[in-house]
Amino acid sequence: MTLLFGIPIQALFGQLLLGLINGAFYAMLSLGLALIFGLLNIINFTHGAQYMMGAFVAWLVLSHAGLGYWAALLLAPLLVGALGILIERTMLSRLYKLDHLYGLLLTFGLALVIEGGFRQLYGISGAPYAVPEELQGGWNLGFMYLPIYRGWVVLASLFLCLGTWLLIEKTKLGSYLRAATENPQLVQAFGVNVPVLVTLTYGFGVALAAIAGVMAAPIYSVNPLMGSNIIIVVFAVVVIGGMGSILGAIVTGFMLGLLEGLTKVFYPEAASTVIFVVMAIVLMIKPQGLFGKGS
Amino acid sequence: MIIKRLLMSVAALALSTGLAHAQYSDGKIKIGVLTDLSGTYSDLAGQGNVVAAQMAAEDAGGKINGMPIEIVSADHQNKADIASSIARKWYENEGVDAIADLVTTAAARAVREISKEKGKIDLISGAASLPLTNDWCSPTGFHWTYDNFATGAGTAASVTKQGGSSWFFLTADYAFGHDLQAQSERAIKANGGEIKGSVRHPFPNADFSSFLLQAQASGAKIIGLANAGADTINAIKQAKEFGITKNQNLVGLLIFISDIHSLGLETAQGMMLTTGFYWDIDDQTRAFAKRFAAKMNGRMPSMVQAGVYSAVSHYLKSIQAAKTDEGVKVADKMRELPIKDFFAKNGKLRPNGRMVHDMYLAQVKTPAESKGPWDYYKILRTIPGDEAFQPMSESTCPLTKK
Repeated sequence: MTLLFGIPIQALFGQLLLGLINGAFYAMLSLGLALIFGLLNIINFTHGAQYMMGAFVAWLVLSHAGLGYWAALLLAPLLVGALGILIERTMLSRLYKLDHLYGLLLTFGLALVIEGGFRQLYGISGAPYAVPEELQGGWNLGFMYLPIYRGWVVLASLFLCLGTWLLIEKTKLGSYLRAATENPQLVQAFGVNVPVLVTLTYGFGVALAAIAGVMAAPIYSVNPLMGSNIIIVVFAVVVIGGMGSILGAIVTGFMLGLLEGLTKVFYPEAASTVIFVVMAIVLMIKPQGLFGKGS
Repeated sequence: MIIKRLLMSVAALALSTGLAHAQYSDGKIKIGVLTDLSGTYSDLAGQGNVVAAQMAAEDAGGKINGMPIEIVSADHQNKADIASSIARKWYENEGVDAIADLVTTAAARAVREISKEKGKIDLISGAASLPLTNDWCSPTGFHWTYDNFATGAGTAASVTKQGGSSWFFLTADYAFGHDLQAQSERAIKANGGEIKGSVRHPFPNADFSSFLLQAQASGAKIIGLANAGADTINAIKQAKEFGITKNQNLVGLLIFISDIHSLGLETAQGMMLTTGFYWDIDDQTRAFAKRFAAKMNGRMPSMVQAGVYSAVSHYLKSIQAAKTDEGVKVADKMRELPIKDFFAKNGKLRPNGRMVHDMYLAQVKTPAESKGPWDYYKILRTIPGDEAFQPMSESTCPLTKK
């Protein structure tokens, strides 16, 4: 057996692939965060709770209405996104002129309220959710067994990331959005309804979190705290990638997933800290983040 | 911090006819349930513990020798500093006589020290670490429901005897996980099993696939999960996803019925575990569970919650018999009286504070075997108390080495 750094090379491939899968989740979540920060200047701490709500919607529509995974994949972003729009219209929109800190405090508070509510309703240990029938089983790749579902997650995540990036960077709608963040008055003067644009952007970012939640439901324990456990890591990803940089969020999400995967092989105890070590180093050398444009 | 007060049957008559005012401090018996009301352990402990303590007080008639029983509760958020400040306030300013539950070792240890210093009673149900009845033992401290020796070593020994001869551990990287792995390893080696390796994962941890692949590569027959709660749930869920359970068996070294409820039988079926209580054992356990579930939205009691009932109930009986609520005297009486209730059929308290009672080796039913929600376990074997818990000869409790 070929060894690389004292680890069988097959095992290393396996771990890299697993890292890529985790990276897919980081990328999907940090994408929404970066979008909201980049275009609205809001640090959306509710993102974790919205991800959790996505997973819970999947479980609720299954257990109460008998609707499966695919329906949930459509319904969760719509429902949670609509709730996001409500939050933006009634609360967040009042804070745009104030310091970032206010948005952060509001969204953090909201996250606590939402998580507390779910805990009260459904308890802490969570709900069961199985892998959809069509995606059960797996492929033997020689160096590891790849569950079909995980392969689907990576593909779906790549598709979402690419789609969002194209939408923001390459379409007319995206250019309006970017212009609206630079100079809202001017864009408004051209007849574009900037507040609606901003509201929809927030709703879209939240919907991305909800989709990630549905995708996570068959893999992770669906419980009210699932979002608060992952959100801190995702924030680190966004900071490393450069606040508000969509490409940065995507690339760093996948990269850090890989790095975390490798750490789990060489020094598992540090797996949960390695991302923050990278964050500290990046902040020291390049405070605006790897893909940040600087202020 | 949530502090709820519940006054149990404050009958004016009871106060006026009080027989033994002189022996009871401040005219009432006050028990504090200090637990995790909002975090990771709030399903297996939490509000259910408060309900269980209230049921014990109700069943004692709401008063002892004319003194009303009051149950108060607070959330220690699994933090030692919060637990100790609440315990101090309760003991010093609010006339609390005993503190029950104390899930999470850090909180249990902190309160154990304060109770010892003040000569007050602690009735630990939720915490798992073995040192609570060894190096940290106290003349007024009791450990009721289970410990890492009983669940970890109990399960590990049974599984090893049944042919699970080689093990790999996934261990939560903090005191509880290390202790659980150590207790289990000893039992495995004592039964001729082999340890193929282990990996320490961060706590809490969502993705176990890397660790599971390492466990798979080890070729061990059994993958031992030395963790708890959401970590165990995630590990089991993902092991099934990666097809690991086809060739290797997973063994949870500390599993609560709430974990099985959350996993679903489809995923959890066939797993072996050791538990101190199961609601569907006999008429007495079913009767308790039914009353409990009626107050808890249909949730059946976990072993921790049933243990809180048993501990509070035995404490109240001992107060009645001792005719005082003074900690050291009550503790002596508690050791003297046998423990007989639905939870402990023939329980006894050792000098180190360990409550010795029968444990059960259980296997999770298949979806076909289960008749409905909460019908989850097949009891394979009743493990007699003296076999289930650490032998007295191995105890390092300073109190027993006179």
